[in-house]
Amino acid sequence: MNDCGCNVITESCTKDKEKKDRSFIPLLLMLSAGIVLYIFLKDITDYFVFTLIGLDPVNRLTMALHFFIYEVPKVLLLLTVIVFVVGIIRSYFSPEKTRKALEGKPLFLGNIMASTLGIVTPFCSCSAIPLFIGFMETGIPLGVTFSFLIAAPMINEVALILLFGLFGWKTALIYASTGLLIAIISGWIIGKMNMTRFVQEWVFEIKSGELNLEEETPSFTERIDAGYTAVKEIVSKVWIYIMIGIGVGAFVHGYVPENFMASIMGKSVWWSVPAAVLIGVPLYSNAAGIIPIIQALIAKGASLGTALAFMMAVIGLSLPEMIILKKVIKLPLMILFVSIVASGIMIVGYLFNYLY
Amino acid sequence: MHKIEILGMGCAKCNKLEEIARKASDEMGIEYELVKVKDIEKIMNYGVMVTPALVIDGEVKTAGKIPSLEEIKKMIGGLK
Repeated sequence: MNDCGCNVITESCTKDKEKKDRSFIPLLLMLSAGIVLYIFLKDITDYFVFTLIGLDPVNRLTMALHFFIYEVPKVLLLLTVIVFVVGIIRSYFSPEKTRKALEGKPLFLGNIMASTLGIVTPFCSCSAIPLFIGFMETGIPLGVTFSFLIAAPMINEVALILLFGLFGWKTALIYASTGLLIAIISGWIIGKMNMTRFVQEWVFEIKSGELNLEEETPSFTERIDAGYTAVKEIVSKVWIYIMIGIGVGAFVHGYVPENFMASIMGKSVWWSVPAAVLIGVPLYSNAAGIIPIIQALIAKGASLGTALAFMMAVIGLSLPEMIILKKVIKLPLMILFVSIVASGIMIVGYLFNYLY
Repeated sequence: MHKIEILGMGCAKCNKLEEIARKASDEMGIEYELVKVKDIEKIMNYGVMVTPALVIDGEVKTAGKIPSLEEIKKMIGGLK
């Protein structure tokens, strides 16, 4: 939700040949160059840091520097590729289509669909209110709407890539599936609790008009352009957070003593998970900035469950989002929403501390 | 005189869209009045679910994205 680089459907009509060439050839070139760089990145970094500059491998500054030089291009490469692919995938979805798909679906199935669509539908928090009203108006149940609103920010493509790059595919998969589960179950509970009376009255009074956007189905070239736009928008926004995040991570790698974090964020500390969530909820950060730091913390003894809980609390529940939602829902529903999601995150945290 | 409306509750993207729409209109040399619509009720009246949206002469042209300068120029060009 923080990366408002969503909504990248291109409907431009220029289909001239020139444009096609621009789309495909650099794409293939960049992709192959990227793969080569990715494969040899470790060797290149080793060569650069140890051989070329000739730094001492056991030195702290060297460790921090090596971490930084290795991680920044790796993460940026992964980011560019995945954001590009996600941009293309998202061009097949729109909030209108999602709304149509969710109309008249029974509760539990609706929750599952809404959570899944929450991942792929282009959406950003600045549109949360019109979207909420739009959903309510077509009679989509409150719980289903919440499943969407929980999943959309929680399962974030930037977070997914970073977890994949820094921790491996297992952790990325765990993050996506538990996030999805939290969204489904939280929405389902909210739906069961008959909370519609805690939606602000004015929401039901709004009569929205019929939208007849003449959108041509984009050609595949235009979808590729949508991928480019996504890369431009998202990467230009998050690269600085990634640099800062990896910079802090590099510092932790080099200077924080081994196992330092074990005493605060280790799995034997029973209160670490709720504490991580409590601290994480009001914090508002880009997924891109938080994950490199988390990786460094884990390397210093923080447990995976606690760190994941912290990360999910930071990116899944945020103060700005709550302020926006407060305009359409009343306090009791807000409290219920935040506490259900926070509990879900804590359960995930404990589960992983127990499993790993 | 054309009426250009920017629908959005005041996010960074809305300002960006306003800027581009203004530039496009100026470069096309049309007479226009630009209004920013921040009232959610009015936005919903247009049936728009994702902001920012661009409305020209009462007709929703785009929603949920920032079209390029060229695209907006094309829309304005089709008005006359």
